[in-house]
Amino acid sequence: MSDAASPLEIRDISASEPADKFEIRDYLRLDMFPHFLCPGCGHGIALRALLWAIHDLDIDKNQLAVVSGIGCSGRLSAYVDANTFHTTHGRPLAFATGLKLARPDLHVIVITGDGDCLAIGGNHLIHAARRNLDITCIMMNNEVYGMTGGQVSPTTSLDRFTTTTPLGNREPGFDACALAKGAGATFVGREVTLQTTALKNLMQEGIAHEGFSFVEVISDCTEIYGRKNELGSSPEMVLSQKRSVLPKFDGTAVDKPFRAGSWDTGILWQEDRPEYYTAYREHCHRVLGK
Amino acid sequence: MSDMPQRLSLQGNQACALGAIAAGCRLFAGYPITPSSEVAERMAKELPRVEGVFIQMEDEIASMAACLGGSMGGIKSMTATSGPGFSLKQENIGYGIQAEIPCVIINVMRGGPSTGMPTRPAQGDVMQARWGTHGDHPIIVLSPSSVQEIYQQTIQAFNFSETYRIPVVVLYDEAIGHLVDTVDLPKPEDIETTDRKWASGPAEDYLPYAPDEDLIPPMCSPGNGYRTHTTGLTHLETGFPTQVPEDVTRVTTRLLDKIEVHRDAIEQYELKHCDDAEILVVAFGITARASERAVNMAREKGIKAGLLRPVTLWPFPERVLQELAGRVNHVLVAEMNAGQLILEIERLCPDSTAVSGINKFDGEPISPNEVLSRIEECKK
Repeated sequence: MSDAASPLEIRDISASEPADKFEIRDYLRLDMFPHFLCPGCGHGIALRALLWAIHDLDIDKNQLAVVSGIGCSGRLSAYVDANTFHTTHGRPLAFATGLKLARPDLHVIVITGDGDCLAIGGNHLIHAARRNLDITCIMMNNEVYGMTGGQVSPTTSLDRFTTTTPLGNREPGFDACALAKGAGATFVGREVTLQTTALKNLMQEGIAHEGFSFVEVISDCTEIYGRKNELGSSPEMVLSQKRSVLPKFDGTAVDKPFRAGSWDTGILWQEDRPEYYTAYREHCHRVLGK
Repeated sequence: MSDMPQRLSLQGNQACALGAIAAGCRLFAGYPITPSSEVAERMAKELPRVEGVFIQMEDEIASMAACLGGSMGGIKSMTATSGPGFSLKQENIGYGIQAEIPCVIINVMRGGPSTGMPTRPAQGDVMQARWGTHGDHPIIVLSPSSVQEIYQQTIQAFNFSETYRIPVVVLYDEAIGHLVDTVDLPKPEDIETTDRKWASGPAEDYLPYAPDEDLIPPMCSPGNGYRTHTTGLTHLETGFPTQVPEDVTRVTTRLLDKIEVHRDAIEQYELKHCDDAEILVVAFGITARASERAVNMAREKGIKAGLLRPVTLWPFPERVLQELAGRVNHVLVAEMNAGQLILEIERLCPDSTAVSGINKFDGEPISPNEVLSRIEECKK
């Protein structure tokens, strides 16, 4: 669980010094720029953290597969200089499952969003977590369907306005990390884009973990969600994460956190359980006497 | 799998699984559904023996996605389903078509719509197989009519799929799927299998969707250094999305043409007694067996009847039908639905040829006598 210290403290959990300095251009398809993300969007920060983690893990780009779904998060795969797959809405984990089973030699990372992963793709999340195939699922949570113009999502905070909750949202949102843990994920963590180093370190731990790892990134949709709810400028929204990561029962919590209830951050759960492909193959060999 | 030719007693669905293994399929992702489940069950048994992977996914959509994922990884992959599951798979089948990912989908047809009659045969998915996914697209659909042919056409489906980089549907009905019959399995070295064209040459020169002269782009596999992007968005030869009208027209036209220009190599059909036929019966799957019997019975009565059995439902063997339709007086289309393939046949026949349907959708196969009586009516 995250410690109750200042949420702005940067946790140093990197195991070793990187082989060489991280240069983001080495991991991007530069001819795809300028990117299509809105000014202030948190997804770019998350992507940088992911590429930094990949660099520090010394993963060969040729052996890296990035699989994404549909939505703002889905577009991120196209910017990564790797084997990238922009799949259908909600299904990146299912595509990634087939890919990883066919090619266990690949590092398979899924980039998804709160709508992609928890609404249309919710079934795939819980079963991927249960199976424990060695896939890392990075879920960008910006509480809204941004690509389609700002509709309510399964993580939209109560009372927030979206184009489909014009009177304010009354549906409670998912705690995605609790869901992933409950379904059997063997690595679960959450971080905010405000803490880029901590975010990178969490992703690094998640990718290095053998089994299904789930990382929720609290990201900001400034242009659509932020404007609609008068959450302030981009810097103000990012800084508001400082409030929202205060421990849940901290009496010092500010009066009006950006995300109702606030969030625990860091590695929230980790356990050892046999990785699915290895277990399947070994079991088949044993039973068949190979 | 034996190294020798074998004669086995097999159920249609099991023959399908053995055909897939023989074709080189090494990943199966499925979801239980009647009447196709035996395909999955046999694959679950066979795949671990050849270092392949079987996975039962959480739903039909996921199994289509995982099947595509396996093929994106460079492994021949398959899924199997029936009507309701086939409907659920359609969006991802479209992804496979758009992103040009080879794979095979087995659809064992049952009564419909909706849950319909899960244990009863039907041929109601002819149009869903053609137009089930949205947008303009090509597709290849094969329709075997015996257990032996299920084995062969499953291999053929993989070969077409790999050659043309397209999902291929093997469409048969519950009656054939659950029929137990004698099947001759050839020696492995006598089985012709095809692999997709692999990319070669320097990565910096490779465009993942730039076609060769045959309109088929060579494919690359993750890990081989090409690092390409795959998307369901309409994309350029580079693999990256476009919305420029002339580019969209060019790439979509190529997608459609890549099957159209290879029609001669793809279209398969069987003719019986067609040389002097005055009445032509068109039928596929289990219905073709009853129709062949009916044609033989009609011949014994001196009626000049013939049978056209399309094995490739899509692309439909147009030329042979048009040639025959110009010579016969009547075309009878027998199918276990309210009239689907007949729409294609009416489109292709001249106005002077009478086209009518023999249709049944009560969960029972069409009998030889039912076809014969309609042949005799034509003669009156």
